[in-house]
Amino acid sequence: MHIRGLTKAFDQRAVIDGLDLDIRPGEFVALLGRSGCGKSTLLRILAGLDAEIDGLVSVPSQRAVAFQAPRLMPWKRVWQNVVLGLPGNPDRTLAQRYLDEVGLSGKTRVWPKTLSGGEAQRVSLARALVREPDLLLLDEPFGALDALTRVNAQRLVADLWVKHGCAVLLVTHDVEEALLLADRVLVMDDGVISHEVSVELPRPRQVGHPILVRLRTELLGRLGIVEPATAGE
Amino acid sequence: MSTHQTSTLPAVPDDGAVVPAARQPEYPGRSVARVEIRPARTTSRRSVPRPLRRAAGPIGTLLLWWLLSATGVLSPEVLASPVTVFGKALSMIADGELPTAIAVSGQRVALGFLIGALVGTALALVAGLLRLGEDLVDSTVGMFRTLPWVGLIPLFIIWFGINEEPKIALIALGVTFPIYFNIYAGIRGVDAQLVEAGRVLGLRRWGLIRHVVLPGALPGALVGLRYALGTAWLALVWAEQVNASQGIGYLMNNAQQFFQTDVIVVCLVTYAVLGLLCDLIVRLATKYGLAWRANFEGA
Repeated sequence: MHIRGLTKAFDQRAVIDGLDLDIRPGEFVALLGRSGCGKSTLLRILAGLDAEIDGLVSVPSQRAVAFQAPRLMPWKRVWQNVVLGLPGNPDRTLAQRYLDEVGLSGKTRVWPKTLSGGEAQRVSLARALVREPDLLLLDEPFGALDALTRVNAQRLVADLWVKHGCAVLLVTHDVEEALLLADRVLVMDDGVISHEVSVELPRPRQVGHPILVRLRTELLGRLGIVEPATAGE
Repeated sequence: MSTHQTSTLPAVPDDGAVVPAARQPEYPGRSVARVEIRPARTTSRRSVPRPLRRAAGPIGTLLLWWLLSATGVLSPEVLASPVTVFGKALSMIADGELPTAIAVSGQRVALGFLIGALVGTALALVAGLLRLGEDLVDSTVGMFRTLPWVGLIPLFIIWFGINEEPKIALIALGVTFPIYFNIYAGIRGVDAQLVEAGRVLGLRRWGLIRHVVLPGALPGALVGLRYALGTAWLALVWAEQVNASQGIGYLMNNAQQFFQTDVIVVCLVTYAVLGLLCDLIVRLATKYGLAWRANFEGA
């Protein structure tokens, strides 16, 4: 995926201002930024939802998105939600395979209203993966989940990424989440990528790893948050 | 409450622990107003069962009616007695008069409803799905909506004559508006986030309409359907007052000329039962069609 000089303006005000970004095939990139910095706008542009832009954007044709809210069609059963929009008329077995992957084997035929928040988000993930995307766009997919559910969902995403090998762009405001999951963590500010760190640690990663702790402080600083000094430092 | 107080008083023996024992401060001067929450007393002591209580009103009214008729206070020219009405209903069913009338009136309603529903739905789709359609259609429908449609009967007679056409047209007109407004509002009430999700999933225009917009508009459409059916029967009553040579309204008009109040009551009850039946069908359709809804309580 390549972006060169991407500019997006709302009412003359540039939210994204000459942004450059490359993501290699199979790379997991996390995008951090304060709320309103344009990171979600960038994701919408990459998803093809917003074409009123300037600049050059080249993305894989096979893309999939998981939003912050699961956005399941309440009038379709879980499996129908998963295969919705796929060419041909895929049957339930295809959906079943991907629902198995996200640990929802038994929920194939239920209505979305019966799912918990975490389950609905996993269906949304299955719906994205069934498209076998080359680029998976995740827009704060764990933001609305409770802390415990979020940990499990993050592990699930890590496992699925290893299995499917697609490039991932994860938009988040959770620094730890970004460091746990991504090869590269970008900070977006003033409409451009203002900072970038590579996380070269084997997975699965521990939050308490000294390198992660150091990167966390660095990234939080870039986001304008100074951590209180602890007794040990 | 007193047991709680005693338990806090003896301090935990000081064993030099780093963490101090949880301290519960005491406020000796503090007075607390208290209420006791008692278990609610059940009021079912020898009370009449609810269904029976609910039936008491209608049955009482019926009894009163019968009593007034039997004692001659209510003369048959004003209102026939319930016994006469019931007997008349049975004989009208037996000689085929009522079933034939129901068939004729039912056909009018069905045809008028079908035409009105088709027109209303088509207009709602055009206005709901296309912005151009909205601009052209919505204000126009809004304008016609303000016309008192029952008042159009004289005009309809001039246009369509006095046979079936003006009756069906009146029913169709009455049905069009509730169908139009509810489907239109239903379409515009579909969550834009779901439409966006549908686009991301690769749905094109027709796919979006079929899989996202129309199912999303279904709850509104069903509300419209219920309104429309109610209106259809009402419109039928109005329409059949005019030059009907058969049907329930014809029976009523005939009965009026011979002061047959029993027949009039039978016809009125028939209208009510048919309307109720339609409502029941829509309610069942709602139950099965909207089983996915989170706010649906019957599942």
